[in-house]
Amino acid sequence: MEPFDFISPSSIEEAVKTLASSGDQARILAGGTDMLVQMRAGRRTAPLVVDIKGIPELNVMSYDASKGLTLGAAVPCYRIYQDATVATAYPGLIDSAFLIGGIQIQGRASIGGNICNAAPSGDAIPAVIALGGVCNVTGPNGTREILCEDFCTAPGRNALENGEILVSISIPAPQPNAGANYLRFIPRNEMDIAVAGVGSAVQLDASGQNFVSARIALASVAPTPVFAKEAGDSLAGKAVSEEAVQQASELAMAAAKPISDMRGTIRQRTHLIGVLTRRTLNNAIERARGG
Amino acid sequence: MTSNQVLSEVEYDVVGKRPVRPDGVDKVTGRAQYGDDTNLTGTLRAKVLRSPHAHARIKFIDTSKAEALPGVRAVITAKDLPFASLSKKELGGEYTSLKFASDHMMASDKALFKGHPVAAIAAVNAHVAESAMALIEVDYEVLKPVVDVREAMQDGAPLLHEDLRTNDMGETGEKPSNVATHMSYSIGDLDKGFAEADLVLEKEYTTSTVHQGYIEPHNTTAFWNSDGQLNLWTSTQGSFQVRGTVASILRLPVSQVKVTPMEIGGGFGGKITAYLDAICAVLSKKTGAPVKALMTRTEVFEASGPAPASWMRVKIGVKNNGKMTAVETEMAMDAGAYPGSPVMQAIVCAFACYDVENGKVDGYDVVDNKPKTAAYRAPGAPQAAFAVESLIDEICAELNMDPIEFRLLNAAKEGTRRIEGLVARRIGLVECLEVARDHDHYKSKIDGPNGRGVACGYWPNRGFQSSVVMTVNYDGVVSLLMGSVDIGGTRASIAQQTAETLGIGYEDVKPTVVDTDSIGYTFITGGSRTCFATGLAAINAAEDVKSQMISRAAKIWDTNEDDIEYVAGVVQHKSDEELKLTFKDLARQLATTGGSVSGRASVDPSGEGNGYAVHIADVTVDPDTGKTDVTRFTAVQDAGKAIHPSYVEGQMQGGAVQGIGWALNEEYFFDDSGKMMNPTFLDYRMPISLDLPMIDTVIVEVANPGHPYGVRGVGEVAIVPPMAAVGNAVSAATGNRMRSLPITPGKILEADWENGKS
Repeated sequence: MEPFDFISPSSIEEAVKTLASSGDQARILAGGTDMLVQMRAGRRTAPLVVDIKGIPELNVMSYDASKGLTLGAAVPCYRIYQDATVATAYPGLIDSAFLIGGIQIQGRASIGGNICNAAPSGDAIPAVIALGGVCNVTGPNGTREILCEDFCTAPGRNALENGEILVSISIPAPQPNAGANYLRFIPRNEMDIAVAGVGSAVQLDASGQNFVSARIALASVAPTPVFAKEAGDSLAGKAVSEEAVQQASELAMAAAKPISDMRGTIRQRTHLIGVLTRRTLNNAIERARGG
Repeated sequence: MTSNQVLSEVEYDVVGKRPVRPDGVDKVTGRAQYGDDTNLTGTLRAKVLRSPHAHARIKFIDTSKAEALPGVRAVITAKDLPFASLSKKELGGEYTSLKFASDHMMASDKALFKGHPVAAIAAVNAHVAESAMALIEVDYEVLKPVVDVREAMQDGAPLLHEDLRTNDMGETGEKPSNVATHMSYSIGDLDKGFAEADLVLEKEYTTSTVHQGYIEPHNTTAFWNSDGQLNLWTSTQGSFQVRGTVASILRLPVSQVKVTPMEIGGGFGGKITAYLDAICAVLSKKTGAPVKALMTRTEVFEASGPAPASWMRVKIGVKNNGKMTAVETEMAMDAGAYPGSPVMQAIVCAFACYDVENGKVDGYDVVDNKPKTAAYRAPGAPQAAFAVESLIDEICAELNMDPIEFRLLNAAKEGTRRIEGLVARRIGLVECLEVARDHDHYKSKIDGPNGRGVACGYWPNRGFQSSVVMTVNYDGVVSLLMGSVDIGGTRASIAQQTAETLGIGYEDVKPTVVDTDSIGYTFITGGSRTCFATGLAAINAAEDVKSQMISRAAKIWDTNEDDIEYVAGVVQHKSDEELKLTFKDLARQLATTGGSVSGRASVDPSGEGNGYAVHIADVTVDPDTGKTDVTRFTAVQDAGKAIHPSYVEGQMQGGAVQGIGWALNEEYFFDDSGKMMNPTFLDYRMPISLDLPMIDTVIVEVANPGHPYGVRGVGEVAIVPPMAAVGNAVSAATGNRMRSLPITPGKILEADWENGKS
């Protein structure tokens, strides 16, 4: 690993100023569980590392039953799943927070970092997309909101402009009779990269027998995480049934544009999207019904 | 976990008990000294520049810019090795093997695998050394690589060594080839055997390149004394092996090299070859300072010695009653960049579990553009067993015969002549099969998406040279010195054999692993030999101590040695009951009766006992995703005598676990340029604890007549059966015969789709 300069700003303003003046020489460090590994492997160089963990706004985790969740970009996974209120309100998010790396990694790794790292396989991204998450960004020209499904632009690339940082993620308040789930397929049982992953969120009507709406997002089957809008929309207004779930899974498979590599083939990945869409929808339905 | 021992006939005082290992607490509290803990004043750090190409001619190397970087103290290339200045004529018959050994350590004319060392740097710290690597200019002529064993065998395949010709049963081939050796054995009349068969099956199998995955990367520190003595501190399975390699590459007498083996964080055969030692030695010579090198995990994957990939064809003929009439196999294994795959062991082990009159085995040792393979736990045997034991499972299914009854019907036993001509001594395969058959695991019901598989395995185990010295201290504690590196509990098991032989307590034996100047030649800790051979040396050295203790007692009592006997740690007069001294009491009188007593022994035994194992695996396969989970696993193994049963169980479990990884997920992925795509533990998928059930063990004890306590050696055979056991279980669960390792979820889905399932 090459030597680098290290700055730990204590305010958003200071961070933005530093980043804006350093251009592509600077890299943002949150938990570091992706970036330090990439730097050690020589896959990324960063003459200047800007550690944003010391900025108060990036460590906020606030939940309000009417406003929803504001999740600071540097909040590590363990803080999310150890917070009983948040864990109860967003079990679909916890699915992701709980399977990124192992316990030690979860002590550092953040959902914000996972999103900014913009890996096609990022386990948190489909879950946040499915939950309707929004990325709150601050830069030299002020603040703006980016839908999570629009945040990743290519493998390892995101929508942040020069000088911008992801401050927090807003996730809408959970609606009544709603449920979500994220599942990934890996050949092992932990510590692996998704061959395919699916996050599903559903809202049912009061009877629990009909879909009001649904959102489905996919991992590891395109250059970026995929928001399979048609797959989710196909369920809106329909009665909960095996056929409806099957149809949504087929639309999700159609939205997947995977490649063949050492982790899986096109056919295997597409097939797994079908399997995981059905499983996550069924789990989300069960959670929506209070299961 | 259920654990038990069966068939043991003899009870001992110390042998067979489970005392705490002497090195255990230091290892779990961070006090133990590993290679990277070696920190001599002024130590420089070395980094190795490695070829980015799997196959390339090195046309020119310019190190001047790197040498000019502040903080860099030396840069070396193959030109700095003595071999570069010695001609074929000067080296004579040793030429080829020495050139291969020297070039393997640092390429002179061609880079033969991605990661092949081409230069090395010593600098004031690792960061400077790393920066300097980018300043070395290497002009490569990139050549087409070959990384598949069968492709490498084809005419017209890219040739690694222009002067390598096939040694075909002693005859040298006419033209250059990547096939280094063809070997063959046969027994009986093959045609007659197959003609007598009612059923003949023939299938092909492949396995991928896999790595041992030891947790500690290779490391070395080198420093020369002012008198020209080279000192090496390193992580190795064989300090004398390192000494020999470094001495021959650097053209030094062996006595000029002293190797101190540090604690070792795993080896499994992969820490026999010396990769960094000579490099650090040359850098240290050039700088006059100590030089330390430590591999990264990626370097370990790309440039140490994995186990070979293989292609195997197996043909077996049986009568309707299950009796095998003829067996035949062809096996090809890739050695990597230089010859020396374990295909010889593979073909010898292939059918060693069976008593068959007619058979023929052929093996091909093939070079290709991968890192030179090294030993990995029973080298060659696991691949061979995967093929043979899978085909036998198919035969059992065709004959509708219980797989254990089939194996009992055909099992090798004392007197069975094996295909390479050796006749089995007392072995315990039948006993292992009977234990497996009667085990509650095998008798339990299984159905649904679950399947059960059985397989057995063989490994010959080794003898070879070992030396032990032990000194009786005046407090009665025995200092035990050995040259065997302690990987799996050697200190404990050798101390137990010493204590048992001397009739003293385990806690009164203090074992130490010493450097190559402090003990006689000792072969590697490998080949499942250490508990057997070093144990024998310890027993003989203890007998030496006993006879000297008798002499001292004779001196004290002013009597004849013949009138004195040594019984259970007490030296006593045969007829005068008044005259007796415990070991400790006599030790206290050594100072006044001539000084210390030391016993010593060097052995080179040939009475090694062959190892056999039988494994039962239950799996469940997710029909939607093809993912296999091993749900229950029982390992049965003949240990001869388990000196320390906990460590025997640990070896059985460790072998089974590595085998499960090999069976399901572990493999090197190469791209078209011959680059390994997955040189990290993230993508080289070894099983983690969540992927494994507790491995149940049953130790069978059929004493080896070649060892006083019956020890056979247990470290290796445990990895031989698991791949076939798991594969057979997957077949039972899914109906898919998986003939290619690893049996990944993707392959299971592909097989489903081929069979018309969606």
